[in-house]
Amino acid sequence: MTKITMTVNGKSYSGEVEGRTLLVNFLRETLSLTGTHVGCDTSQCGACTVHVNGQNVKSCTMFAIEADGADVTTVEGIAAPDGTLSTVQQAFQDYHGLQCGFCTPGMIMTATKLLENNPKPTEHEVREYLEGNICRCTGYHNIVKAIMAASGQEVTPVAAAE
Amino acid sequence: MPKDSGIGASSKRREDVRFLTGVGNYTDDINMHGQTYAYFLRSEVAHGKINNLDIADASAMPGVLKIFTADDLTAAGGVPCGWQVTDRFGNPMQEPKHPILAEGKVRHVGDPIACVVAETLEQARDAAEAIELDIEELEAVIDMKAALNDGATKVHDDLDNNLCYDWGFVEENRDAVDEAIKNAHHVTTLELTNNRLVPNPMEPRVAIGDYSRGKDEYTLYTTSQNPHVIRLLMGAFVLSIPEHKLRVVAPDVGGGFGSKIYHYAEEAMVTFASKVVNRPVKWTCSRSEAFVSDAHGRDHVTKIELAMDENHMFTAVRTETYANMGAYLSTFAPSIPTWLHGTLMAGNYKTPLVYVNVKAVFTNTVPVDAYRGAGRPEATYQLERVVDKAARELGVDPAELRRKNFIKPEEFPYQTPVAVVYDTGNYHATLDKGLEMVDYANFDKRVAESKARGKLRGLGIAHFIEACGIAPSNLVGQLGARAGLYESATVRVNATGGLVVMTGSHSHGQGHETSFAQVVADMIGIDENMVEIVHGDTNNAPMGMGTYGSRSIAVGGSAMVRATEKIIAKAKKVASHLLEASEGDIELKDGAFSVAGTDKSITWGEVCLAAYVPHNYPLEDLEPGLEETAFYDPSNFTYPSGAYICEVEVDEETGKVDILGFTAADDFGNVINPMIVEGQVHGGVAQGIGQAMLENTVYDENGQLLTGSYMDYAMPRAADVPNFSVDHSCVTPCTHNPLGVKGCGEAGAIGSPPAVVNAVIDALHRGGHTHVEHIDMPVSPARVWAAINNK
Amino acid sequence: MHNFELVKPTTVEEAVAALQGDDAQPLSGGQTLIPTMKQRLAGSEQLVSLTGIASMQGVTISGSTITIGGATTHATVSAEVAATYPALSALAGRIGDPAVRNRGTIGGSVANNDPAACYPSAVLASGATVVTNSREIAADDFFQGMFATDLEEGEIITAVRFPVPEKASYQKFEQPASRFSLVGVFVAKFADGVRVAVTGAGEDGVFRWAEAEAALSANFSAAAVEALDLPSEALITDLHGTAEYRAHLIKVLTKRGVNEAV
Repeated sequence: MTKITMTVNGKSYSGEVEGRTLLVNFLRETLSLTGTHVGCDTSQCGACTVHVNGQNVKSCTMFAIEADGADVTTVEGIAAPDGTLSTVQQAFQDYHGLQCGFCTPGMIMTATKLLENNPKPTEHEVREYLEGNICRCTGYHNIVKAIMAASGQEVTPVAAAE
Repeated sequence: MPKDSGIGASSKRREDVRFLTGVGNYTDDINMHGQTYAYFLRSEVAHGKINNLDIADASAMPGVLKIFTADDLTAAGGVPCGWQVTDRFGNPMQEPKHPILAEGKVRHVGDPIACVVAETLEQARDAAEAIELDIEELEAVIDMKAALNDGATKVHDDLDNNLCYDWGFVEENRDAVDEAIKNAHHVTTLELTNNRLVPNPMEPRVAIGDYSRGKDEYTLYTTSQNPHVIRLLMGAFVLSIPEHKLRVVAPDVGGGFGSKIYHYAEEAMVTFASKVVNRPVKWTCSRSEAFVSDAHGRDHVTKIELAMDENHMFTAVRTETYANMGAYLSTFAPSIPTWLHGTLMAGNYKTPLVYVNVKAVFTNTVPVDAYRGAGRPEATYQLERVVDKAARELGVDPAELRRKNFIKPEEFPYQTPVAVVYDTGNYHATLDKGLEMVDYANFDKRVAESKARGKLRGLGIAHFIEACGIAPSNLVGQLGARAGLYESATVRVNATGGLVVMTGSHSHGQGHETSFAQVVADMIGIDENMVEIVHGDTNNAPMGMGTYGSRSIAVGGSAMVRATEKIIAKAKKVASHLLEASEGDIELKDGAFSVAGTDKSITWGEVCLAAYVPHNYPLEDLEPGLEETAFYDPSNFTYPSGAYICEVEVDEETGKVDILGFTAADDFGNVINPMIVEGQVHGGVAQGIGQAMLENTVYDENGQLLTGSYMDYAMPRAADVPNFSVDHSCVTPCTHNPLGVKGCGEAGAIGSPPAVVNAVIDALHRGGHTHVEHIDMPVSPARVWAAINNK
Repeated sequence: MHNFELVKPTTVEEAVAALQGDDAQPLSGGQTLIPTMKQRLAGSEQLVSLTGIASMQGVTISGSTITIGGATTHATVSAEVAATYPALSALAGRIGDPAVRNRGTIGGSVANNDPAACYPSAVLASGATVVTNSREIAADDFFQGMFATDLEEGEIITAVRFPVPEKASYQKFEQPASRFSLVGVFVAKFADGVRVAVTGAGEDGVFRWAEAEAALSANFSAAAVEALDLPSEALITDLHGTAEYRAHLIKVLTKRGVNEAV
């Protein structure tokens, strides 16, 4: 067992891990931060996406020891401390960018990073950037719309009854 | 003016906040004190005889509590099948036992052989690797037609052959249909495959068994679309646990699409094991494991013939379908190619004669069951592809051929030749709406634009009908269902006026917590936030058949309306007492009871308080309290329909198809939350595009799954699908449920595959590749290129 | 997965020493190795992480030579060579997905030599040099078949050195599930000739298409490729495409690469 320390959502945590302990296991099991999900085992679905030292990575494809000393942000660390949703989170609710919610943490982490890197992406750029995040519910339409809206660009309003 | 709350409003989903902030409660998020971990040793061969299974050394490995094999489960039943189909000769289907763990033989890659329970998951895996297993590999039966050959290897030794059933519908029409086809002016024939799919909800399955020794009670936490059904099937048929000693909880569930309807062996195993080891037992499925243990969908091979007279009116439809059951019968498997498929083969058309023959076949593959649409996508795909081909053969506009044969708006209710009665619909309206949305009139201009860029443009139309909210129970019982298909709801009003609605419907992405609350709040005239929807726990709702088949709002919603009506009726009695007026004069509006024609009124909250603090209350006539339960059993299915239109561009050089636009004009009847409804259509269409363009489940001749992970099974990603244009303004309300709703969950997946394939074929024909009559799904670049080049 | 000890050396020398142990294996970005280990298809007693070695990080551009540290991520490569070697930047920017590109490294990809990986085609078409802790290996000598390279046990790719061509293009036709190359063609035009490397298609992994190189060296135009026919014998047939289809795609993508080379 190896002792590691990392900052997660602004708080410092230490724990004992095996070599094989994945970052996602450390987050979910040791720290009980179960917002980060595991949806595949081939590093493709992106439900486990977190930020490590400012970069989006798949926490199921990184060992916890590799994040020793790192600054990690998970979906639990995105909203303001008083619970106010981030712009991206709020846009996902406003534009119905989630259904079952399982891929959502990964989508939020990826979308947040996209807009940091590219504050006014085109729709094409949004779709390309989501390549590593699979959603089975929404058909991506409203996810893309939510991200465009979160970037301050105009989108069509949600459906309304006549 | 759009509504901002209640029925018809796009209320924001209240469930979103927990999912967006990472504090949802999915089954894998649950960790129990003293929890142990289960790992299943699964077959790596498709068909084999277990010559030796020795767990002695493995059982002594570090951390191992117990290794279970079939020998430990002799008192348990097999995994039950919930539907018995009768074949066309009047005989019941052949129904093999589906053991929890393999009994002497394995029948598909992934068939569980042993279950290791250990202190950690890695210890369980280590021990599973140490189990001594000697399997003699037998010839695998993979191809359905070959499986039916005389002398074919049998998947189940104790059955006569690999034919589960040979079903005919409507059997009495068989000769008449043959005659009509023989005498037809024109017959269009098409052979096609409805590709096998893996449902792939993003949350893999998880099950946690927890036994309480003190109370002799079991709790199963599971990723299920219908916890009550699991309680009934597992309790009554597998483990002999009475329902009052078994609680099934399905908390937040990350999508289902059918694959989480069924009772799975792993659920029974962890429940059983939790008592034996006297600790909670958790099993979390990996994605790779899901590919070989979740029920698959579709997998039909069909020949369809459409007969027409000289006026191009359809005179008969005849189909012959081979439907793959896989190695065992999953919960609803036999009903999918039969009652959920044959009954839809009239489509939107006035075809007077239909005969559907289905041969259901056992093979050494993962069991096949309902996947979003379940039987109806298969029916729609055949019909809408053959109609398209017929239009081409006849040289007529495919929209016009459809319009001509549609059931007319004034002809509803319409008795089809395949048993069902469509209550309402207006197919002309949805088709016209769809064509207007895509600017059909100017399509040729867009073809020319594409051509200028060296691309072939095509447009494909499909018009679908589906049957949702399968019912009524007495009818489905005659058809072989081993369960009822009603729904229940309990509405509990608290003393301070807030409501808790306990429903047997289950939400795993559909947003019931929001839309159901809209209905109840609207009926009473109170704020939506005063209504809480509770689901997913057998200790709450009285009984539930769960969520599938687009049934939740039509059946579960109706039960909730009935229970709320009872609440309102009782509340009015209380109000009439308090207002000293006759009950008939009491009106409920905007959360207040008033006496007609007077200014006397009393609030909802005051009535609720009186019911629980009955100081001034008609105790001699009325019980205190305000809680009501209703069961709702629909008198008919509901019949959503719609026009789906796809526009594609084909790169002749590589065969790559780009979807430029996808339009859906649906008639869902009345709509509770348009935002949620549109989201359902988006998701369904994306799955349909996935089936049409990307997804395929491929076994080699030995039964090895070649597409067992996302490395080879192509899931649709954001860049694979376009923005969708969806509309639900064509409304013909359902006539037989209180909300006039039809259901919207599956439509997208039903209507879209033929629209996509029709568009691709159209593009190829416009590009001069007129020899291409059909390309099987998925319409991959390689297949399109091969079709163009006659490879 | 099986357990192991993970060590994090900070110099190449420490890493090489660590890899001398019995059953030790290098770990770079882990984007292929970790999923493989989860299936218990790979595993060692000791994993030696290379990503903490400062000298193996980053991109140096000197004249018409680009030297990329072996542990440099795809994202970094894509950003840093965008102006100097746009085709290589585009290739790196389309490997996997954004999160994978933040972890996966050039050294890991090249050492693994997956027959459908993108990087080997760039290395081979560029005539790059693979620099290890002990020697320099020409690309033509480095790739030795599917998942096979000239690397010795315990040898580490410390850098890859690319000469910058006059123009180049990488054309990737994606396998729809994995998003690896169904076929990828890298065309690089140098003053002394054209090199064409193909990934995703060869039964022996990445390969050069000699006929196309000869034709394009004489006449750098799509028309020069038109007359060629690539035999499909040694090409992959799988559920995503036949050898014949791959042969066809190689030609189509080579032509497109010529047309779009920058």
